[in-house]
Amino acid sequence: MVYFILKRLVQSVFVMLAVAFLAFSLFRFVGDPITQMTGVETSIEDQERLREELGLNDPFVLQFGRFTADMLQGDFGFSYRTRQPVAEMIATRIPATLELGIVALLISLFVGIPAGVYTALRPRGIPTQALLLTTLVGVSIPTFVIGIMLIFVFGVQLGWLPTFGRGGTVFIGNWESSLFTIEGWRALLLPAITLGVYQLTLTMRLVRAEMMEVMRSDYIRFGMARGVPMRRLHYKHALANTMVPVITIIGLQFGGVIAFSIVTESVFQWPGMGLLFLESIRFVDIPVMGVYLVVIAFFFVLVNLIVDLLYVVIDPRLRVRDVQ
Amino acid sequence: MIAFLKRYEGLWLFVHSPAAILAAIISVVILIGAVFAPWIALVNPYDLSSFSLFDGLLPPVWQEGANPKYLLGTDDQGRDMISAILYGARLSLVIGLAALTIAAVLGVGLGLAAGYYGGRFDAIVMRIADVQLALPAILTALLIDGIARGVLPAAVQQDLRVAVLTLAIALSLWVNFARTARASTFVQMNKEYVQAAIMMGQRPSRVMFVHILPNILGPLLVIMTVDLASAILLEATLSFLGIGLPADSPSLGTLIRIGMQFLLSGEWWILWIPTLFLVALVVSINILGDFLRDVFNPRLR
Repeated sequence: MVYFILKRLVQSVFVMLAVAFLAFSLFRFVGDPITQMTGVETSIEDQERLREELGLNDPFVLQFGRFTADMLQGDFGFSYRTRQPVAEMIATRIPATLELGIVALLISLFVGIPAGVYTALRPRGIPTQALLLTTLVGVSIPTFVIGIMLIFVFGVQLGWLPTFGRGGTVFIGNWESSLFTIEGWRALLLPAITLGVYQLTLTMRLVRAEMMEVMRSDYIRFGMARGVPMRRLHYKHALANTMVPVITIIGLQFGGVIAFSIVTESVFQWPGMGLLFLESIRFVDIPVMGVYLVVIAFFFVLVNLIVDLLYVVIDPRLRVRDVQ
Repeated sequence: MIAFLKRYEGLWLFVHSPAAILAAIISVVILIGAVFAPWIALVNPYDLSSFSLFDGLLPPVWQEGANPKYLLGTDDQGRDMISAILYGARLSLVIGLAALTIAAVLGVGLGLAAGYYGGRFDAIVMRIADVQLALPAILTALLIDGIARGVLPAAVQQDLRVAVLTLAIALSLWVNFARTARASTFVQMNKEYVQAAIMMGQRPSRVMFVHILPNILGPLLVIMTVDLASAILLEATLSFLGIGLPADSPSLGTLIRIGMQFLLSGEWWILWIPTLFLVALVVSINILGDFLRDVFNPRLR
């Protein structure tokens, strides 16, 4: 158990180092940092002096080491475009994206898992066919089109919900949250549904496939033969065994949620990290691009680490193996 | 013989699947429209002199105030919607197919070699594939686009937009091909015909491309259809985000982005007609992909 966690931790550190290296290479080799920082009037001598002062003439490994050390201390450098510290720019955007992503993920789970179980248990019913057809269309309609459709129906035609921004937000410490006001929730609803739909279809299809597989297994048949109530078989024995792959996928989906939040944030003008990343691409603001990557990778690694720990909680076999 | 039977059986299944037939018809109609756009289209949307602002914002023919010359109406620039969509679909399909071809050549090549040689080469290719798989396609494509903006001189950027976009999409899609080709190659490697070919001293490239490749085409074809839909979606999304193609050479995604400005006004057709086209195209390709998967994988039937 301890060995397993340690192994995963070491792997995570290596993944983070690889991403940091990518961010560093971006910063160092895409365009010249000096020309980005100085104006046209700066003389060549001044440029050279700046280059020497910033240590850009040092050996590559030394530069990368310094870069990583700075990052660990929370120093992420300055944006080319706004000249502000990148750490600050990203930090103010994180709450918006995380709240959006987590609510979207919850929607996809609380709708996707029951729908998956239902379609697996009643494979020939008409609601099942309708749900399956909906997922096929759901996979094929691009996220931004779903967003536009929701804006059109609920924002423009019915006028029930706001179509852009975060509505009312409250500061809890440094965390700007929209989860504590009704206005905030109203603003969150449409973007979260937009972001959740694609994940929802994936979750549903996966739960359905797993559940059907498990229902065919021997121990379920044995349970049936022994007269265990079907309800108990379905929701206790079968569902528990479908949860392991489902949790894996949730871990992997988190990356997808964050990536697609770029699109959703763009449609709804949601002031999160994704919108910042898009702007940084448009203006070739390399430091922001690099840091965004590192932050995303960090969340991704963190979630997958938690998922690995959850395995041990859910699957008792993993605990036993460790004893041997 | 088996391949022939399969094809025959596939045809038989096709005739009995109304969804697949409808999807095929829609795909083929859009494909023909896109290929022959220069001859079918009323105006050339890239040529500013071929349309005039006086024809701007005309609704489709079934609405009041329409000009029968423009069946689906015009946008604010006076561009005929049908022409814009045909040219847009043309661009979307060209980029999608080009990206798909690059991704397939790269992915199948690497996957075949990884399956054939195994060992360290296989391990390296698959590690790269794992990393790539952890990064969602849209993030990869955005990153590549961003890097290209930083590296390329400003003068050539506009001219290279299509190439950069194609490459960005291709590099985010190759993994599927590599993994599928590798897995299928592993299966083939144990078959006698491959062992015989190797034993006869044939060159590895010949064994890979002449002997193994034809036998793993089935699953690759399924990936191709599904990934064509992904490529078109990716291009549309990037263009919608304003990262892809500029407004003077609009693809379907760009048209939708332009149409977004009319979401709150009455000119619904500028937004919804290109959207409908894009969705119809992608849904059709996905249905065909699902159908092909069922044909090549009888276990699922």
